[in-house]
Amino acid sequence: MDVDFSKVKAYGDTLNDGSMQVSFTLPVPAGDEAREAARQLALKMGLEAPSVTEMVDLGAGFTFFVLYGKCTHTVDYAAIKIPKRQQEVLDFKQINELIKNELGRKVVVVAACTGSDAHTVGIDAIINMKGYMGEYGLERYPQMDAYNLGSQVPNEDLLAKAIELKADAVLVSQVVTQKNIHLENLTELVELAEAEGLRDRVLLICGGPRISHELAIELGYDAGFGPGTLPNHVGSYIAAELIRREKTEE
Amino acid sequence: MDKKLNLEQKKVDLARNTAAKIADHLHSWIGNYTTTTTERAAARLLGIDDVDKGDVPLANVMVDKLQQAGCLDKGLVPWLARAVAAREEPPQEIAEKLADGQLSVDEIPELPAEKWRKIADSMAEEAAAKIRGTRNKREQKKQEAMPPNKPLLYVIVATGNVYEDAIQAKAAALQGADIVAVIRHTGQSLLDYVPYGPTSEGFGGTYATQENFRIVREALDEAGEETGRYIQLVNYASGLCMPEISVMGAFERLDMMLNDAMYGILFRDINMKRTFIDQHFSRMINAYAGIIINTGEDNYLTTADAYEQGHTVLASQFINEQLGLRSGLKEEQMGLGHAFEISPSMEDGLMMEIAQAQLCRELFPNSPLKYMPPTKHVTGDIFKTYLVNGMFNLVSVLTGQEIQLLGMLTEAIHTPFISDRYLSIANSQYIFNNARHLGDEIFFKEGGKIQSRAEKLLGDACDMLQEIEKIGLEAAMEQGFFADIKRSQQGGKGGSGVIEKHKDYYNPFMDIFLNGAEAGKGGQS
Repeated sequence: MDVDFSKVKAYGDTLNDGSMQVSFTLPVPAGDEAREAARQLALKMGLEAPSVTEMVDLGAGFTFFVLYGKCTHTVDYAAIKIPKRQQEVLDFKQINELIKNELGRKVVVVAACTGSDAHTVGIDAIINMKGYMGEYGLERYPQMDAYNLGSQVPNEDLLAKAIELKADAVLVSQVVTQKNIHLENLTELVELAEAEGLRDRVLLICGGPRISHELAIELGYDAGFGPGTLPNHVGSYIAAELIRREKTEE
Repeated sequence: MDKKLNLEQKKVDLARNTAAKIADHLHSWIGNYTTTTTERAAARLLGIDDVDKGDVPLANVMVDKLQQAGCLDKGLVPWLARAVAAREEPPQEIAEKLADGQLSVDEIPELPAEKWRKIADSMAEEAAAKIRGTRNKREQKKQEAMPPNKPLLYVIVATGNVYEDAIQAKAAALQGADIVAVIRHTGQSLLDYVPYGPTSEGFGGTYATQENFRIVREALDEAGEETGRYIQLVNYASGLCMPEISVMGAFERLDMMLNDAMYGILFRDINMKRTFIDQHFSRMINAYAGIIINTGEDNYLTTADAYEQGHTVLASQFINEQLGLRSGLKEEQMGLGHAFEISPSMEDGLMMEIAQAQLCRELFPNSPLKYMPPTKHVTGDIFKTYLVNGMFNLVSVLTGQEIQLLGMLTEAIHTPFISDRYLSIANSQYIFNNARHLGDEIFFKEGGKIQSRAEKLLGDACDMLQEIEKIGLEAAMEQGFFADIKRSQQGGKGGSGVIEKHKDYYNPFMDIFLNGAEAGKGGQS
């Protein structure tokens, strides 16, 4: 297949056909006018030959569409550069051995869902004993002391706990993203950590369904973990990064 | 309903009787205490509403002042009744004057008990009559409406803005939803007061306020009238203000309340004693108002593993049932919760889900079970999630669940869009209709995987309940019996709101609500 990586288009069944499916709702009553409105919107989105394959009256003046079209836009894939966490993923045993051999002390991790966020499913998967998808949580790591402070923890309390326990890493989970509340919370934590003079002494790590490593860096974190993250991914990063920092200091 | 699991009745009785003992143990001390929110609920029942200049609810103002004066241990009602007698003013006016400093707690003279009691009882009876009126209105509207198919379709709206909620709630009802829950602002459970008035700012949901209840109720009644159905409204009588929110729901004709006996302790780190006392009065109000409660066992399975911890759901359901009965709730009012959370990658996981759902059905035959959708193993793959939700719907109709919280294909991405809700309704309607009587035709193999799984779950639940009974529920929660979460007996938020009752404590609603529920026993809910 002869793909031009400087001009990549969406793929349906033929190279460069640009085919894609979108679905959306318009606040207009269903009918011929609504269908035409959806089609025109698709054209403005750069979808050629838009075809409304399904139109549903949602009641109360709303209409739902499924629409196919051929996207005219291209992206320069060859020019893309994304910052990446620079270490391989190790397993439970390897991480513990690494910490034991290279650091020679236990790593302290403090974690919480901050602000008004009450959704602990993510942080629980990473920290709690049980872990997730067969990977033990950090609580189970013999070379780590992991503390899960739970939900709705104020940023101030999280940092106070980090100072009290002399934490090596602070993990923040943000699940609720309505009106970008997670960004406010995450930014506030970085600012507070800087004000406390703590920023350079801990690894600040955030995670959540809408978090990427790139976003985390932008917000002033050391790393970010998105969907599909397992405890050992986070563990590998913490161990490797702490060792790297220790070596640079020496 | 056919019994398909070949359960040993002796085991079922053992589980229930053990849970009864656990509940009795809690009730050996619950009655010795009241809480600030219990007293605020009494104030609200007697018509105290609105806020002071600093936006503090007048119910809080009155309770705080009584607490400062050192007489809250006798209850709010005796003082208020004396104030009404002395000043010949209604409770609201007394609250307002207390708030702006025109009146102080000490000014109200003592009065012989028989005199103030008479006033207290007649005010309380008036409030009870108001609740009965609301309840009757619901019954009447339900009778006039088309009876809904079961499982009932339950969807959530969560815009943060009550006016937007009302639009979305109405749209969901027009699309076919039977039940609409307005998700609450994520931080509200930890507020030790109930916000006032309509609200348009909230994260992850909308504040539960009495005015917000009224606004969405009105929108759903409109949708009900347009479609000839009765649309049920749900909110959350949970957190630090369980009984107060129940009062608001009783007045504004909510139909269901999330109202678990242990949820706040486990998942919001609210003080244990506080929660057990609060849930009792809260549930008494719900019982009297004809509100169906939903319990939160599904949450255990998002924290702990659903396959390994399935029995903890059953143990908790038995405890919630026994505590509910002691607050006057009828079985028909108990939407005991469970969930479809076994990993979809597990071989024969579907059979394990069927076993658990059928088991819940057979153990609690009169309860409108609330079945919660997959969330834990749901990713951003909306196509897979839509399929998994279809399997969830199939298990529900196959095993006769009653309240079906519909799974959203965009779970784990965002709070539902209007189209997500439509798609979830379409999914469930297709499956419920297409497999309506499939359950009637299916029996499970004797000693097969489904029966064996159910037997094991029940056995493990019995063992767990017996262990809890031995050490007491409080100690069991300290040791992390539920959801792998450990909570200390003294810790948690809101502990300072627990007050030991004076020997002269009086709250007329306790008797009215419990006796009212007693009188209704055996009748239709």
